[in-house]
Amino acid sequence: MMIDILFPPGLVLILAGLMLPLMGERFRAPTILIAPLIAFAIVWLLPSGPVLTFQYIGYELVPLKVDSLSRLFGTIFTIMAFAGGLFALKQERVLELASAFVYAGSALGVVFAGDLITVFIFWELMAVASTLLIWSSGGKALAAGQRYVMIHLLGGVILMAGIAGEIVSTGSIAFEAMDTNSWPRWLILAGFLINAGAPPLAAWLPDAYPEASWSGTVFLSAFTTKTAVFVLLRGFPGAEILIYIGLYMVFYGIVYAILENDMRRILAYSIINQVGFMVTGIGIGTEMALNGTAAHAFAHIIYKALLLMSAGAVLYQTGKRKCTDLGGLFRTMPITATCGIIGALSISAFPLTSGFISKSMISQGAADEHMMIVWMLLAAASAGVFLHAGIKFPWFVFFQKDSGMRPSEPPRSMRYAMYIMSVLCIGLGVFPGPLYALLPYPVDYVPYTGAHVVFQLQLLLFSGLAFFLLLNLLKRTLTITLDFDWFYRGLGRVLAREFDNMSIAAWTAFVESGYRAVQSFISAIYRHYGPNGILARTWPTGNMAFWTTALLATYLLIFFL
Amino acid sequence: MNDHWLVRPDTIRMIWIISIIVLALTVLADFVVSHHPYFGIDGTFGFGAWFGFGACVILVLGSKVLGAILKRQDSYYDD
Repeated sequence: MMIDILFPPGLVLILAGLMLPLMGERFRAPTILIAPLIAFAIVWLLPSGPVLTFQYIGYELVPLKVDSLSRLFGTIFTIMAFAGGLFALKQERVLELASAFVYAGSALGVVFAGDLITVFIFWELMAVASTLLIWSSGGKALAAGQRYVMIHLLGGVILMAGIAGEIVSTGSIAFEAMDTNSWPRWLILAGFLINAGAPPLAAWLPDAYPEASWSGTVFLSAFTTKTAVFVLLRGFPGAEILIYIGLYMVFYGIVYAILENDMRRILAYSIINQVGFMVTGIGIGTEMALNGTAAHAFAHIIYKALLLMSAGAVLYQTGKRKCTDLGGLFRTMPITATCGIIGALSISAFPLTSGFISKSMISQGAADEHMMIVWMLLAAASAGVFLHAGIKFPWFVFFQKDSGMRPSEPPRSMRYAMYIMSVLCIGLGVFPGPLYALLPYPVDYVPYTGAHVVFQLQLLLFSGLAFFLLLNLLKRTLTITLDFDWFYRGLGRVLAREFDNMSIAAWTAFVESGYRAVQSFISAIYRHYGPNGILARTWPTGNMAFWTTALLATYLLIFFL
Repeated sequence: MNDHWLVRPDTIRMIWIISIIVLALTVLADFVVSHHPYFGIDGTFGFGAWFGFGACVILVLGSKVLGAILKRQDSYYDD
């Protein structure tokens, strides 16, 4: 008989994270590796349904509720925490590891939350922990982290307002599928979408993620946006607006990634692109599309982490992150390059990789619903993914020109983490069965048909041809591309400077007018009391006698009158 | 010639030749497999090939236009 364990898996990682700074260095590595395994085991030992409930301020909180969707996300989050921890073993800043584990644990907390209040608590904890994770790498990350937390706190406020409104209008705190038929629900949706990297506030992601350390970005890529995908899957399946938002994100990610020079920012834009596919799938809302979204989130976490691990390994070995500085690294880093290429093929949904068996289900969902334009745009975007991430990333980092650098392969722990993720990418692509079995709805889909494979190969290989034919147009330059964050970084700064100038002028005028007032007061006193002032003159006694006489004479006159 | 074999001109020419053969084969495969088009246009000959190629050209050119407006030196936000 199985013993049911009634302990939140997220709490395991949070406690491990909080303990990391307190323990001796030799206990850290075992903790980092064992805690995610324990959490993984708990995810699978928990019974289905509401597991923990308690009363709080008149509401029944359900901090632990299990179903197939939460178990799917719990599985991939704990696998990710393990692989990310393994990759980060060489990270010396314990604050980063501690916040990464609290962050991963809070993401698990959201995934197993049965009510909106619990969602909100872990949502905010995630924002705080991820900000600390960014800040822990210091330098430029401090300002980027500040901009990051600003947006997430704003998102939190919007979410809180929505939840409060929902509780007032329905009296229920249950976290279930909602229609977008009231303003509190729109606010909840907006709060969720901010974390998904949806427009207009998407720039926090490519702004902050690449500033984290070589290991920190790997964690960041997995949890915030995919937790947002999870809550959208649970809360707003079939909300039509998500189709349009998702399609915007898909192309936004591609265009900005094409223009980008920083290798990890390319991958950050491509996170938004990939989450765009998922958001579109949630908007389509059929069982096929929702299954595809869930499967794609699962596959995406693995290949995106793998891509950022290979980029992190390059950064760790060379200290460089711009494509203009990199190139030709395949000579001395063949393992890192191979793992990076496996990740790149997976994100491009190449047959026999994890992306192929998941993304095609979302397209299938659109085709089943006869959404021709959506389907065409998704196909065009799939071609664009190969262009901006599938070829561009490995080409500019590992091939391109010879940068002259001859870095060696990264340390063993980093290589092992990349092996695990590479094996999962190909394993899921070749044997999709186990993943399909975990999906929320029964799967009636065969990814490997001749038509699917030939179509996908044509699409991708001819995108590759386009890449190499247009290579001259794709040359990297030392540039960034302005984004919405310009409003608070560029315009905000101009406005701040203008405000600064104006307030300085106003202050100067205020001080000067005060100075003038004081000065005129002093000069008035001086005029009356100064050496020549009327009140400072010596008064002759004769004067006094004259005025006394005049006064008495007046008095006498009045008396007789 | 002591550079890596992969970057020698001979190898690169060979890669191009093999790639073009593979590209041609994927298009010719349309004769063999039976597609089940949903909309009509997706049943045209070599749809994936021309659609993927065209999409990429449009995306790259579109990005260039946007880049001309929105690109800045990467020290733009630095003081």
